[in-house]
Amino acid sequence: MSILMTIRIALKALGRNKMRTALTMLGMIIGVAAVIAMVALGTGAQAMIEEQVRTAGTNLITVYAGSFNGPGGARGGAGSSSRLTPEDAESLRDVPGVQYVAESASTRLQLIHGNQNWNTSVEGTSPDLPAIRSWPVKYGSFFTDDDVRTASKVIVLGSNVSDTLFGEGVDPTDVQIRVRNHVFRVLGVMSSKGSSGGGMNMDDQVFIPHTTLLKRITGQQFIQRIYVSAASADAIPTVISGVTATLRTAHGLADGDEDDFMIQTLDDIVALRTQTTATMTNLLAGIAGVSLVVGGIGIMNIMLVSVTERTREIGLRLAIGARSFDVLLQFLIEAIVISIVGGAAGIAIGYLVSELLRIYQGMAASIPINAVLIAVLFSAGVGIFFGFYPARKAAGLDPIVALKFE
Amino acid sequence: MSVVMSVRDLTKIYRMGDHEVRALRGVSLEIRSGEFVAVTGPSGSGKSTFMHITGCLDRPTSGVYELDGRDVSKLTKDELAVVRNQKIGFVFQGFNLLSRTSALDNVELPMLYRSEDPFKAAERHRRALAALDSVGLGQRYHHMPNQLSGGQQQRVAIARALVNEPSILLADEPTGNLDTRTSIEVMGIFQRLNAEQGITIVLITHEMDIAEYGTRLIRFRDGRMVADQPVLHRRNAADELAALPPPEPDLIPSPAETEPAAH
Repeated sequence: MSILMTIRIALKALGRNKMRTALTMLGMIIGVAAVIAMVALGTGAQAMIEEQVRTAGTNLITVYAGSFNGPGGARGGAGSSSRLTPEDAESLRDVPGVQYVAESASTRLQLIHGNQNWNTSVEGTSPDLPAIRSWPVKYGSFFTDDDVRTASKVIVLGSNVSDTLFGEGVDPTDVQIRVRNHVFRVLGVMSSKGSSGGGMNMDDQVFIPHTTLLKRITGQQFIQRIYVSAASADAIPTVISGVTATLRTAHGLADGDEDDFMIQTLDDIVALRTQTTATMTNLLAGIAGVSLVVGGIGIMNIMLVSVTERTREIGLRLAIGARSFDVLLQFLIEAIVISIVGGAAGIAIGYLVSELLRIYQGMAASIPINAVLIAVLFSAGVGIFFGFYPARKAAGLDPIVALKFE
Repeated sequence: MSVVMSVRDLTKIYRMGDHEVRALRGVSLEIRSGEFVAVTGPSGSGKSTFMHITGCLDRPTSGVYELDGRDVSKLTKDELAVVRNQKIGFVFQGFNLLSRTSALDNVELPMLYRSEDPFKAAERHRRALAALDSVGLGQRYHHMPNQLSGGQQQRVAIARALVNEPSILLADEPTGNLDTRTSIEVMGIFQRLNAEQGITIVLITHEMDIAEYGTRLIRFRDGRMVADQPVLHRRNAADELAALPPPEPDLIPSPAETEPAAH
């Protein structure tokens, strides 16, 4: 008997048991689609986080005012000792490899313009900030070193703040607004940057010279952070050691003393985030694996439940002249057809789901080919094994035994 | 008439655990072309084993079985499959039709497994229709088994057994699941096929009245043939059917026949 004829017999048998065929395929579809959607989700999240970290600024080093180790052993949180000053920041400009330095001190204040007002984060910083964060202005310009020196009352708005106070698409440059009881002149508006890696909305804040913030508003002497950018990624270690040495000298720390500041690089953040997403990807892969097993059990159940009926069918086919090989080939083809169709449908549905994620969640969902291969091969393996193994047993029986199988 | 089937000293021993069951203890007989042989005997007499071996579904422990002059007792499984396909037609007690498969497709099935000189699709279709016609089911070729009565299903099975033009038709309790009237109808088909087309029939049954439709009666007991005689008062299914009251309408009529206007 020709292969072609066996293929026709197999297709007819599949068509005859549409419900069984559909349920078996459903097992494959669930397994494969789940794996693809889950892994796409995981890789998409990973890509998204990496992108966020990248836009936070390149070669960025952040110096925090570190916790002071008091003699009593009680430790304050980061920033509590408030030991960073604008002079510290100024001294860091001379450290080799340093390109930009920006002071950072922030507080929350009410902004008022006309009948609109908004409470937001006011950050006192330096003119280097746009360069450090690779963050251009949309309207107007950023403040200058002169503004810092004279502690002038100028302000640069985040795009959300501008939209709220002045309406969308309005250029508020040179308009005057009130911050607490001071009148500030708007110098410009930052372009939209979205949320930071930490989940903070970067567009909901305003920038003023750090001198203005400290002298005219908060009356404090210390700043909370210093952003330092290295000239290149290779220069980062040099900059870190230079910054450490400079600050230790400035703070008068002896050789055995611990640093009273902390240095964090984006690499640290990237590493942490990558680890987090890797955990998440593993979790998703675990869920996908469970789906795969569940789908596989579905396939197995359908195949095993129909063993009695199929054993009798095999007995009849043998009795009317089919050779064992013909019957085995038929069952193998049936299993392969189910695997191909079910696998393809699973890939299509998984792809569809990840596309929907991309469109509606903005996730850069990519589908790794090895996940697809593993899912399809596993499901196909289960389908072929449980379709073929009982058939092999039945085809080995005497026709009369198979025919009367209970 | 030529000898279609010849067995000599046929034995069959099954091993059940540590004891042996001697199902056949040396059977020798010949069946000639055109005979209608009824094989009877109580349960365990060996008649089913005899049928399985002569049907090439099983191989004898010892002895010789010649079918159409060829010794088939030593053939391999796959060679036996070819013999079953081309030389033997089976009719079973339980019909054994493929479910959810039309009568036509069921009858075409043995032709799909023809290895020598296979038929083209159109030829298979024509032969299957002709076989269904010869058992009086030409109008119902598209029906599924569950749309047919027991007697109709058995007729589909007979058409399937005949479609590859075998030398011999083996029927294992073909009326076991049928009522009296339908049994007589099926026996009528056997008698007509036997008389008009000269098909050799071996009928296994434990019912003496069914055995009397044959021309020759063989009786088995304890694995041996204990009687082999012509049927003296042969029953004629066609006459008996004519004498019976007209049949009740089909319980499961075909969709085409259930037009409201007919009532």
